[in-house]
Amino acid sequence: MKPFEYRSPADAAAAVRSVAGNPAAVFLGGGTNLVDHLKLGVAAPDLVVHVADLLPAGIEELDGGTLRIGAGVRNSDLAADRRVRERFPVLSQALLSGASGQLRNMATTGGNPLQRTRCVYFQDVTTPCNKRQPGSGCSAVGGWTRHHAVLGASEHCLAVHPSDMAVAMAALDARVRVLGPDGERTIPFTGLHRLPAGTPERDTVLEHGDLITAIDLPPLPLARRSAYRKVRDRASYAFALVSVAAAVEVRDGVITDARVAFGGVAHVPWRAHRAERVLRGAPATEETYRAAADAELADARPADGPDGGNAFKIPLLRRTLAATLRGLVREDAR
Amino acid sequence: MSEITVHVDGTPRRLTVDTRTTLLDALRERLGVTSPKKGCDHGQCGACTVLSGGRRVLSCLTLAVTQDGARVVTAEGLAAHDRPDGERPAGGQRSDDDGLHPVQRAFVDCDAFQCGYCTPGQVVSAVGMLDEFARGWPSAVTEGTRPPRLDRAEVAERMSGNLCRCAAYVNIVPAVQRAAAESGTAAPGAGVAE
Ligand SMILES: Cc1cc2nc3c(=O)[nH]c(=O)nc-3n(C[C@H](O)[C@H](O)[C@H](O)COP(=O)(O)OP(=O)(O)OC[C@H]3O[C@@H](n4cnc5c(N)ncnc54)[C@H](O)[C@@H]3O)c2cc1C
Ligand code: SF4
Ligand code: FES
Ligand code: FES
Repeated sequence: MKPFEYRSPADAAAAVRSVAGNPAAVFLGGGTNLVDHLKLGVAAPDLVVHVADLLPAGIEELDGGTLRIGAGVRNSDLAADRRVRERFPVLSQALLSGASGQLRNMATTGGNPLQRTRCVYFQDVTTPCNKRQPGSGCSAVGGWTRHHAVLGASEHCLAVHPSDMAVAMAALDARVRVLGPDGERTIPFTGLHRLPAGTPERDTVLEHGDLITAIDLPPLPLARRSAYRKVRDRASYAFALVSVAAAVEVRDGVITDARVAFGGVAHVPWRAHRAERVLRGAPATEETYRAAADAELADARPADGPDGGNAFKIPLLRRTLAATLRGLVREDAR
Repeated sequence: MSEITVHVDGTPRRLTVDTRTTLLDALRERLGVTSPKKGCDHGQCGACTVLSGGRRVLSCLTLAVTQDGARVVTAEGLAAHDRPDGERPAGGQRSDDDGLHPVQRAFVDCDAFQCGYCTPGQVVSAVGMLDEFARGWPSAVTEGTRPPRLDRAEVAERMSGNLCRCAAYVNIVPAVQRAAAESGTAAPGAGVAE
């Protein structure tokens, strides 16, 4: 591991100044991704600025009912919060489906959406990877792709975003509060991550020195009926092959409103707007769930690979979407 | 290099560390506290689990410099008799005449290990987990907002961050349930079931 200087500044503004002033500086949240990357050589900063303890660690209810989640709130505390469990069960479930008890006690609300892909080639510095080393090539093209993207990938990168929490946040119309060298701004959560196109080295729209200070969850009454369903290679402590975050409102057997997002299938937590448009106003039936999946997956492109590739993700995602919606509709009928 | 003070199993320990040193390496290589084990060094096995500020965390993914002033408890320090400051053992439970924490006692009684390499991490993780359970925290297998019961599925899910290469799980789960039942850690309204 390359030597680095460590700083633990007093406040967010000082942390932003430290990182903005040094192109080789990074923020350290809970460290569950960054410390791993320091060991692997995937990250080699010369300044590490600890922010986990200086960022707000509480969940505040604003006038109008928005929940403001401090970026220092640990994943376990967020999942256990009573208001989150009642109003946004999909978020609590997504968090609890991720990582392990120990990791959730460490991981922060700010660090979780910024964790980097688990693509094995990205994590192995001996293999070419456009995300780690722009222009070096993508080892996943023609390589192992079981865990790679079927939506929105480019020839330069097939990686998927690994976060479960981010999928729920994308479905819930969350907003990200950012403090940068030029001051504060708010961006929609669905605008935080970007597709790889020709520059897979950039996971998000954030600029160097931008610090996430909070994530806001505006009131969304239909989210009381919401769920997260994750499919993986083992029952627990594994990343998603595919996952679905969904919320629905049903009246007299008709879906009046819906929010849907997919995980494990794209470089971003994939908000399924096309599926939502099919669902709104349609009867809550298996045909509707199928049509919603058809609409969203029309442009899905599987990747080949010596491991059999990832074409299995498309039917798996269809069934996972239907199962999630079916479960919610049943719950709604209670 | 940074100078830090970490309270390890009740004793303040002052040391100078390279900023790259993990808490796991500081404990094992610098302070001679070898109960936290290095299984994978990448957050994937749980063998290095310790309590920091009363919560279970992975010492292999924690930089030692972030732990200045922290209270760290390892498997060695779980039982009160090992602790010079005479504090109650972690999890608020009493140790027995052999100086074992109730979770350690249950692991012995249930034969919840083979080689023992994962055991200190399992035991510390179980202490942290039982405390989370007592506070009413849900898990991925908890239904709705009802208080969970510490059945097999709940224990397996909550302990999934601790792998056992010997696959002693069939005895680890009952050991954790026994410790919960005997210490009354189970939350009010929550039952312990097979
Ligand atoms: C074995 C294992 C299994 C896992 N399984 C899952 C899983 O199933 N599902 C899942 O979703 N996740 C999983 N994770 C990943 C885990 O959830 C993330 O590592 C964690 O959420 C990252 O948060 P952190 O605070 O530790 O971030 P850090 O590791 O501290 O930082 C991550 C990145 O974000 C940057 N950063 C941190 N905080 C901020 C901030 N406030 N503003 C701007 N930049 C910031 C850092 O510079 C770094 O680039 C797993 C991890 C491990 C090790
Ligand atoms: S898929 Fe993306 S992250 Fe993986 S090797 Fe290719 S460029 Fe790198
Ligand atoms: S050694 Fe820390 S999790 Fe394996
Ligand atoms: S007892 Fe051998 S690894 Fe668990």
